Amino acid sequence: MMRFLLLFSRQGKLRLQKWFTPISEREKKKIIRDMTNMVLARQPRSCNFLDWKDLKIIYKRYASLYFCLAIENQENELLALEIIHRYVELLDKYFGNVCELDIIFNFEKAYFILDEFIIGGEVQETSKQIVNRSIEASDMLQEFQVGASTDTSPMSE
Amino acid sequence: MPAVSKGDGMRGLAVFISDIRNCKSKEAEIKRINKELANIRSKFKGDKALDGYSKKKYICKLLFIFLLGHDIDFGHMEAVNLLSSNKYTEKQIGYLFISVLVNSNSDLIRLINNGIKNDLSSRNPTFMNLALHCIANVGSREMAEAFASEVPRILVAGDTVDSVKQSAALCLLRLNRTSPDLVPMGEWTARVVHLLNDQHLGVVTAATSLITTLALKSPDDFKTSVSLAIARLSRIVTSASIDLQDYTYYFVAAPWLSVKLLRLLQCYPPPEDAALRSRLTECLETILNKAQEPPKSKKVQHSNAKNAVLFEAIALIIHHDSEPTLLVRACNQLGQFLQHRETNLRYLALESMCTLASSEFSHEAVKTHMETVINALKTERDVSVRQRAVDLLYAMCDRSNAKQIVAEMLSYLETADYSIREEIVLKVAILAEKYAVDYTWYVDTILNLIRIAGDYVSEEVWYRVIQIVINRDDVQGYAAKTVFEALQAPACHENLVKVGGYILGEFGNLIAGDSRSSPLVQFNLLHSKFHLCSVPTRALLLSAYIKFINLFPEIKATIQDVLRSDSQLRNADVELQQRAVEYLRLSCIASTDILATVLEEMPPFPERESSILAKLKRKKGRGNLPDIDEARKNVNVNGNGNSEPSDKIEATNKSSPPLVADLLPTNRPRPVSSSTFMFSPGSTVSSPSFTDLLNLNSTPSAGNTLLVDVFSDNSTFSATEVSEENFARFICKNNGVIYENQLLQIGLKSEYRQNLGRMYVFYGNKTSTQFLNFSTSVTSTDILRTQLNIHAKTVDPVIEGGAQVQQILNIECLSGFTDTPVLNVQFRYGGMMQNISLKLPVMLNKFFQPTEMSSQDFFQRWKQLGAPQQEVQKIFKSKHPMDAEVTKAKIIGFGVALLEGVDPNQENFVGAGVIHTKSIQVGCLLRLEPNVQAQMYRLTLRTSKDSVSQRLCDLLSEQF
Repeated sequence: MMRFLLLFSRQGKLRLQKWFTPISEREKKKIIRDMTNMVLARQPRSCNFLDWKDLKIIYKRYASLYFCLAIENQENELLALEIIHRYVELLDKYFGNVCELDIIFNFEKAYFILDEFIIGGEVQETSKQIVNRSIEASDMLQEFQVGASTDTSPMSE
Repeated sequence: MPAVSKGDGMRGLAVFISDIRNCKSKEAEIKRINKELANIRSKFKGDKALDGYSKKKYICKLLFIFLLGHDIDFGHMEAVNLLSSNKYTEKQIGYLFISVLVNSNSDLIRLINNGIKNDLSSRNPTFMNLALHCIANVGSREMAEAFASEVPRILVAGDTVDSVKQSAALCLLRLNRTSPDLVPMGEWTARVVHLLNDQHLGVVTAATSLITTLALKSPDDFKTSVSLAIARLSRIVTSASIDLQDYTYYFVAAPWLSVKLLRLLQCYPPPEDAALRSRLTECLETILNKAQEPPKSKKVQHSNAKNAVLFEAIALIIHHDSEPTLLVRACNQLGQFLQHRETNLRYLALESMCTLASSEFSHEAVKTHMETVINALKTERDVSVRQRAVDLLYAMCDRSNAKQIVAEMLSYLETADYSIREEIVLKVAILAEKYAVDYTWYVDTILNLIRIAGDYVSEEVWYRVIQIVINRDDVQGYAAKTVFEALQAPACHENLVKVGGYILGEFGNLIAGDSRSSPLVQFNLLHSKFHLCSVPTRALLLSAYIKFINLFPEIKATIQDVLRSDSQLRNADVELQQRAVEYLRLSCIASTDILATVLEEMPPFPERESSILAKLKRKKGRGNLPDIDEARKNVNVNGNGNSEPSDKIEATNKSSPPLVADLLPTNRPRPVSSSTFMFSPGSTVSSPSFTDLLNLNSTPSAGNTLLVDVFSDNSTFSATEVSEENFARFICKNNGVIYENQLLQIGLKSEYRQNLGRMYVFYGNKTSTQFLNFSTSVTSTDILRTQLNIHAKTVDPVIEGGAQVQQILNIECLSGFTDTPVLNVQFRYGGMMQNISLKLPVMLNKFFQPTEMSSQDFFQRWKQLGAPQQEVQKIFKSKHPMDAEVTKAKIIGFGVALLEGVDPNQENFVGAGVIHTKSIQVGCLLRLEPNVQAQMYRLTLRTSKDSVSQRLCDLLSEQF
């Protein structure tokens, strides 16, 4: 299973954290520090896998963001890379050419999309169409209901 | 479509995030956050009821603040309120907040559970999914209690929609991981297996994850999944890539599902049914064939997905380890990857090959790639890839290539990354020892290690080289010559001084004939290093000097002068001072004969598993280490120093302190007290022999120690008649009082090593009158006699009033046993014959050697021991308070290694060890799952022998 997923920028700023097992806040902070230090120190064109304690760390950089996924030892590394990629594709599809800012300002959406894709550290649905459809469906649900309330002005900045 | 117009924008949130981003300093950020927190707090506390939207917005802000790394101590209640909103977005934010912020022991859990319950019964799939995601995200015990019966019901209900089924399957998986005891198998299990046939590939994917985890725990319940999984896999690998529509990922058919199915199959041995087996073989061949086809896309995603399936197929082939053709094909495929331009593939190929190297079918095939791997060691830019290359070289090493591999590793060591040096040192030391035909090569190799990477040579390594030199007289002269030469270097590592000091102190005489290494030259050489060394090394050198006095009487005066100097006799360090004083005195008063006896050459060390290997295992429990079976073979392999004729081993056992005589220091070195001089190393009652230069042996408390001292670890014992009860106390410990009445107290102190044991039995006369005609005997059943040898030394027929006598029992375990030997004691007291019989606590688990291993290894081996008769399980009520620390101590006392962090559930305990008997060794894995709520335990034992599993389970289950 997957243990956690972290997204952080090249400057080491954490953009998203998802923990699939209960971990104390203190421990989380330590892990985040370890991961950013380790991954940011890697030379370009190194392999995407690292051993860390009894876990494997799979990381990949997309533009300014690092995606860093911890999996248990017997899990498949290459497929973990593609889990990251699939998540990026899902974000991309939703935000349309996703960038770091999208994830900062719509962090809750990034979490919702992740929940549709992965539950409890296991891939739930690998079909891009199905995940997109269910995210869009919930957005429809939102717009429909929000339309009935007063504050409808979209964010324009 | 710009993202910001998606869904409902929360303008306030966006403004807040912008503000935070514009903060120039950490202080400004904190100030802005505190302002916002105050605002939200007042809004939540205010009189005006907030509408759902505002609540949602503020909760979202709190979440953002939390994710920035700040503490949030309010808002939970408002978030819980959002759960009962009938607006989807509000509910969704409520659930998100709870998933991220609520820890499992929150007191709000009841309210949250209530909200979840409502949504689960709402029959609205979107709401149900939100609720299931939340259970999976929080996954606390309370949630497991509340929903463990509901979730399986949803999973197998006929009218559940696909997406909910998927969520339910993974939610159940999560609950099973956190609280397996609360998710009992039931009639739903059979139906879950049939989800493998489901139309919807997403459902199959989720279900396969669930089944794999459950099958690992109870393989029998899910046996039927094997045929279904093979059928499914076969359909996928033979399908045209478009058949599976959106489940085709970059022209690869359902890679996630394929990998999961292959994983599931790794929970089981190869299918016995011939048709099924050939269908699986076809699948695997197809996957291997596809690797040779030209890629359908240039995208890395295509090759990653394709190779992910390929590597998983290879993992299954290695796991089955039964089809030589497939194994060799797998090896060739990995060989191609070794030269691939993708770093990732080279890394994985090296890693996979490590496991392949331990299969007898493919070991030779792996060896053909040695040059490539050595090249990787030299040319790879990435340290983690080089690390894998080292691992693989270690795994593929055998007698035929050991010299080359060791040489390559040594030369790599000169430039190796600091992070992996110590590990390479250990590996080189192990290989050099294991495959040494010629021990001069071994000595050279270790001295090279010290020269190249002295700082990374741990005590175990240099202790070991001394151990081996002492035990092999054919190499002693060479070793003396070589260390002498090495010490000539103007700057040599302190570890070399230690080895040199020890070896010259023992065997310097072998090279003293040459005038270039005359006694005085040797002494001056050693002493020239003295002042640059640390205290422990100086202490060792002082011992070498006193040994020189015995070896070379002609330089006695020179050495005495050194010992007499103020820098020695008045040294501020008490250890050095004491040694100098005592050695000087000894050299002055003892006759040549006494000196020769006291300073006699070290007797051979008892043979045992290399402590270096143990260290490497501790350091790195990865799959690249010899497994239990390998380690067992090592013991019998020729030429690794463990193959002494057995009579010599016996002699060793008698003449040196038993069991503690490893070079590893168990106590701080102690100055020798003068009484010790009287013991010669050959006496039967063992004591630390003075000739041990390092003084590494602990002082056994055997001898005339008072009973109370010996049994320091026991507090109160009630006197009982014949003590079955006390017998059980000894399952997890070796020392204590086994029997006591008004007249007599019987105490035990025992030590075990591999299949041998020694038990000291202390008989204490509690009265003031003599015991006469005192005699003892050990009786065994006929069966037990063939399984266990016990030899009791005779004991004095008279025990004076208030005195204590000691009897030694030598024990040898021949094969697995269940019965218990009985100790009979007879004596005359006040004219009456007294008879006492008690069960002697010699049980199978005493012959455990602990084995450290990683989580991966543990579960791999766990799977391998998956046959029904190999497992014994017992569920029982706890007899004592359930204290984790006490439990740990008992498991360690039982003899296995307690493996931390191996079980995904931290509450559980797992352990591993090998039972050593003369005829066989039995690897054993155990797992203990406490259920504090129910005050119950579940104990599972897996060994390769059913009778052993059963016996160990019976013994251990008595302890909790």
